[in-house]
Amino acid sequence: MLNQFRPDPILAGVTARAARGRDDRSFLIIAAVPKPELVCPAGALPALKAAVDNGADCVYIGLRDDTNARNFAGLNFAAAQAAEGVRYAHARGAKVLLAINTYPQAGEHARWTRAVDTAATLGVDAVILADPGLMRYARARHPALRLHLSVQGSATNHEAINLYHEQFGIARAVLPRVLSIAQVDELVRHTAVEIEVFGFGSLCVMVEGRCSLSSFACGEGPNTRGACSPAKHVRWDPRPTGLEARLNGILIDRFTPGESAGYPALCKGRFEVEGETHYAIEEPSSLNALALLPELARIGVAAVKIEGRQRSPAYVAAVTRVWRAAIDACSAHLASFAVEPGWSAALAQLAEGQQVTLGAYHRKWK
Amino acid sequence: MRLALGPLLYYWTRDAVLEFYARVAGLPVDIVYVGEVVCARRRALRADDWIGLARDLAAAGKAVVLSTQALIESEGDIRAMRRVAERADFLVEANEMGAVRARGGRPFVAGPHLNVYNGATLAWLAQLGATRWVMPVELSGRALAGLQRERPAGVETEVFAWGRLPLAFSARCFTARHYDLPKDDCQFRCLEHADGLALATREGKPFLTLNGIQTQSAQVYDLAGALDELRALGVDAVRLSPQSAGMDEVIAAFRAALDGRIAPAQASRALAGLAPGRCNGYWHGAAGLEYREVA
Repeated sequence: MLNQFRPDPILAGVTARAARGRDDRSFLIIAAVPKPELVCPAGALPALKAAVDNGADCVYIGLRDDTNARNFAGLNFAAAQAAEGVRYAHARGAKVLLAINTYPQAGEHARWTRAVDTAATLGVDAVILADPGLMRYARARHPALRLHLSVQGSATNHEAINLYHEQFGIARAVLPRVLSIAQVDELVRHTAVEIEVFGFGSLCVMVEGRCSLSSFACGEGPNTRGACSPAKHVRWDPRPTGLEARLNGILIDRFTPGESAGYPALCKGRFEVEGETHYAIEEPSSLNALALLPELARIGVAAVKIEGRQRSPAYVAAVTRVWRAAIDACSAHLASFAVEPGWSAALAQLAEGQQVTLGAYHRKWK
Repeated sequence: MRLALGPLLYYWTRDAVLEFYARVAGLPVDIVYVGEVVCARRRALRADDWIGLARDLAAAGKAVVLSTQALIESEGDIRAMRRVAERADFLVEANEMGAVRARGGRPFVAGPHLNVYNGATLAWLAQLGATRWVMPVELSGRALAGLQRERPAGVETEVFAWGRLPLAFSARCFTARHYDLPKDDCQFRCLEHADGLALATREGKPFLTLNGIQTQSAQVYDLAGALDELRALGVDAVRLSPQSAGMDEVIAAFRAALDGRIAPAQASRALAGLAPGRCNGYWHGAAGLEYREVA
């Protein structure tokens, strides 16, 4: 299973890196252009099919409990649905990755180890894990199961990633959305582990896996419950002063008539600092790294991830379609790649607050 | 139970830091963590200054631990982290996994940001050299009880018991953002906020504290009232997080309670005036910002 998973992206990465410094023309002649895999989200079977049908190389999913970081009511896969998803994807040449990326709580470890066992039984192509104890279990019990380090594992540097590699043989690491493009480049040069980065979707402003803002506000957060600012704690209150969005009673924002009112993820609210009211942490916006695709490919990034397991099949289809076209175009003509206006328009439509940002890839965002 | 003073999380002037630790040398804390944990741009004290400080504190009888930076992004960050992590003459608190690797099997403290949520992970860290772990701040007393049952032999437990909660880290500097400055030219505005920059909701309720790239609670987490429970759970040390005013009194109150000179509830009452607002919800398995009165 390990060998069948990939041709040899590490080698591809090395080739890409070795080719840097030459002009793009000679690069095209000498080496095949490395083509990052497109990794798309699915919260349920229809979204998985939409991702596969529109050109995803991999689809990542979660089981229907708190073992994954999108533990929302009505979302995710029972084992039988997951099995059908794996059959559907494999029949069409796509891979399925199972996210088991919350932290097992003391005394409840069995739910997480069972999820790893389920993954092995399902024949998924990799599991995405955050917890070292669980990685150790997976490595010992299912040595053929490919391990990816989840973004929730918070590994932002090559020392950390190489530790997981030495200890558990992780094949890939998903980077938290904190590094500039130059820092991603530097990191890729220092590890044999494949690197997956986020390309599009809701933007975590905080280092993933190291944010307790949600549990601070409402008692449930990503690490322990697999949810951030969960809907059951959200209240919308129409008041004379405007529409108020509250999370567990805490006022996250207030919208005047005509203002678009986004979901009150608590880091994207407006707050008062020194008498000034503003988006003190981040505006409602989505990450869109489409313009950086050639640079990511040159760096040797192995995969680009689309956020959004909580999104609809239509959303997944639309985003997958754009990214498939872009990655193919970039791979065919790296030097002359340009973002097509139609792609940008389609993605902007789907973005939070209809705004997109390059996030931390762009140094100025920081 | 021993009393630990956590690393200074704010940016103070060089003189203020030196003065603070000169005083700490004479205060009744057993363990002192030193070093810059939050931001690489904070260079009022250089690496050698921190080592000098650590030596002075050790000479004063404190068990000194060097803390590493919690968010490592650049090669420069890695080099600075390695210089701390590779030291054989001090115990080191690893605040991310890169430091665990760089430590190379030497003893270390698994800091509160390492995400130790279960015994399997703690056992793995112990194999790599962890001799103490600091519980993630969002865990409850009940979760701690479970972890203590799964704790491997030879590993001490430390619990964050006083101070604004370190809740999140980001690549972005929120203090610079507030002043509309780029992070690379932040003009060190953190220096103006000895206890961070207060953030309130639009109806004026204290919510968070902005401390450069770190986000903290607005309220001070206070577990003084739970000291008996902590002792019963076999906790080895409680951590107090430095604040700009009243730290001597905070230390005195915890010391008195640990020595049995006053009851925990009494210590909690004595501490009421030393925090603008308190919280302890996490300990009770509730939202972190809640506060339950100590009986």
